[in-house]
Amino acid sequence: MNTSKEGRGTKSAGATAKMAKPLLLLSLAVATIGLAPLPIRVAPPSVRHVHLQARSYEYSPALVLVNRGDRVTIELESTDVVHGIFVDGYQLEVKAVPGQPAGLTFIADRPGTFRLRCSVTCGPLHPFMVGRLRVAPDGTFWRAIAMAILALLAGLYLGARTLSRHSSPRPTDTP
Amino acid sequence: MNRVNLLQNRALRALLIPRWPQLGVQLAALAGLGILIAVGLVGSPVGNRNLAIVVVWIAWWALLMLMLVPFFGRLWCSVCPIPLPGEWLQRGAVLGPTASSRGSSGEARAQPRRRGLRWPSRLRNLWLQNATFVGLALTSLAILTQPRTTAWVLIVLVGSAIVVSLVFERRSFCRFLCPVGGVIGLYSQGAPLEVRVVDRDLCTRHIEKTCYTGSDQGYGCPWQVFPATLRTNVSCGTCFECLRTCPYDNVAVNLRPFGEDLFLPGPRRLDETFKALVLLGSVVTYAAVMLGPWGELKAAAAAVGTTAWLVYAGTFLVVTLAIAPGLYWIATSVGRAFSRVRATSAQVLRAFTPALVPLGITAWGAFSVSFLLANLSYLWPALSDPFASGWNLLGAAGVGWSPYASGVAPALQLAILLVGLTWAGAHVRRIADELGGGLRLALPVLAFTLVPTLGLMWLLVG
Repeated sequence: MNTSKEGRGTKSAGATAKMAKPLLLLSLAVATIGLAPLPIRVAPPSVRHVHLQARSYEYSPALVLVNRGDRVTIELESTDVVHGIFVDGYQLEVKAVPGQPAGLTFIADRPGTFRLRCSVTCGPLHPFMVGRLRVAPDGTFWRAIAMAILALLAGLYLGARTLSRHSSPRPTDTP
Repeated sequence: MNRVNLLQNRALRALLIPRWPQLGVQLAALAGLGILIAVGLVGSPVGNRNLAIVVVWIAWWALLMLMLVPFFGRLWCSVCPIPLPGEWLQRGAVLGPTASSRGSSGEARAQPRRRGLRWPSRLRNLWLQNATFVGLALTSLAILTQPRTTAWVLIVLVGSAIVVSLVFERRSFCRFLCPVGGVIGLYSQGAPLEVRVVDRDLCTRHIEKTCYTGSDQGYGCPWQVFPATLRTNVSCGTCFECLRTCPYDNVAVNLRPFGEDLFLPGPRRLDETFKALVLLGSVVTYAAVMLGPWGELKAAAAAVGTTAWLVYAGTFLVVTLAIAPGLYWIATSVGRAFSRVRATSAQVLRAFTPALVPLGITAWGAFSVSFLLANLSYLWPALSDPFASGWNLLGAAGVGWSPYASGVAPALQLAILLVGLTWAGAHVRRIADELGGGLRLALPVLAFTLVPTLGLMWLLVG
């Protein structure tokens, strides 16, 4: 082992030990924010029919909003070339050729925000053709914001408590 | 345990010091590059069916951003095939070195056949790399969806590296021009791997300084760095040449804690600060264009040369060169005004650069996860039939597209972004304390770090 400065190994081990407890607490807090049920009331399940138009690397509407428990039917209509939808998280897929809309029916039993991706190579920008399905109650983004603030607070704590080091002047890098 | 010299492991020593293992990987990479250029030129014109697109922009880029840079720093630069032809022509040798001249004390010394000019002093910084990166970024949607364009970009990079190697000394292209090299260099400061000397005093006493001038065992540092003064990974290409030229076995390949370079005291150079901000602005813009729901924006970004593209390019330049640096400048100025620190505005501006590095690494990592998991399944049919000529080499030519782990990808991206924010926040606080500004100086900069992170969170998981 090469310790480049005397005592740095001990200092580093001490810093690691200091960080362990705050990081554990941080992980617990993040898990709580991420998994705690949201106190949001959602309308009773209903039947939803969504007409989704697909053209030139975008879906219209770009965001499909439903509630948990809804029986959702997405009618996909392609207006230029063959397009498809793959629903992330639900692993469902449907394809539609122009002039022949296709349907996809499922129970929206998982809350959250899921990407809709074109599943048919429809042109050069095909891999970037995405939309979103939001199944309420969805607090994904709000949970993310809360976690981000928590992360910053944790950073503040760690920066103040554990990251102070010795200073040395910066040399040039050529002789 | 602070640092472990990996060269104390005999197997790693046998792998890193002799030239053959590195050359073997380099030759394989060069052969791969040649195949990808050929496939890009004559293979399928459909991007996600073309091996060049899938390997370079999905597999390699994700490997670089998620694995190589965060964990191995600049290790990719040690085997990158782009500069090899130029370097071989410059040296007049492939494996080398051959003793072709004598040093002042009569010892054998390996010298390149062409010594080349010294890179101009005014350009010995990251500004040109900032420019080449932005230039490439403006046309990136066209590049990463059109196989021929990707092939030509690779050809131009190899050609440029050859020309620069024949005119200027050593690896001037990699150090001062390569658009990707600048990204790797900046972010390699977060990696737990470094090449450093063991005892600086020994280097001071070593008159010949063969690590910089070369010896019969190897070439002087191709990256134009004197290893004894290395403090960060930014300029070290981990080519391992100094391991071969040091007669005292005084160079180590260290395993270290993540982000050790970020603790370097004192303000960073403005070009480094600007690079970090350009990269932050770029990743948010990329995410909006490629992962957002706006079809017209995607079409404009890909239609290079059209009016729509000019509007897109102008917007991209405003975001990366004005808005991102402008917001950062406002944040540091507000912090400085409230905290009344003695440091000048420019010093404060540059001092927080280390905090931008973890923010950037994780932003690019989270962004790259989208591509990797959603599109990696395109790799197998492209490998099976690289030239779109009906081959089925791996029996996977008929494998259809299927995104991997699509249910957990958002959680993974969120976790990566949160790690970056915590890491950046810790450095913001540390730097603010070191400048004597405390929380009053830190808070505006912390608010700045939230801007790109929340933007990416909305685009990636919101």
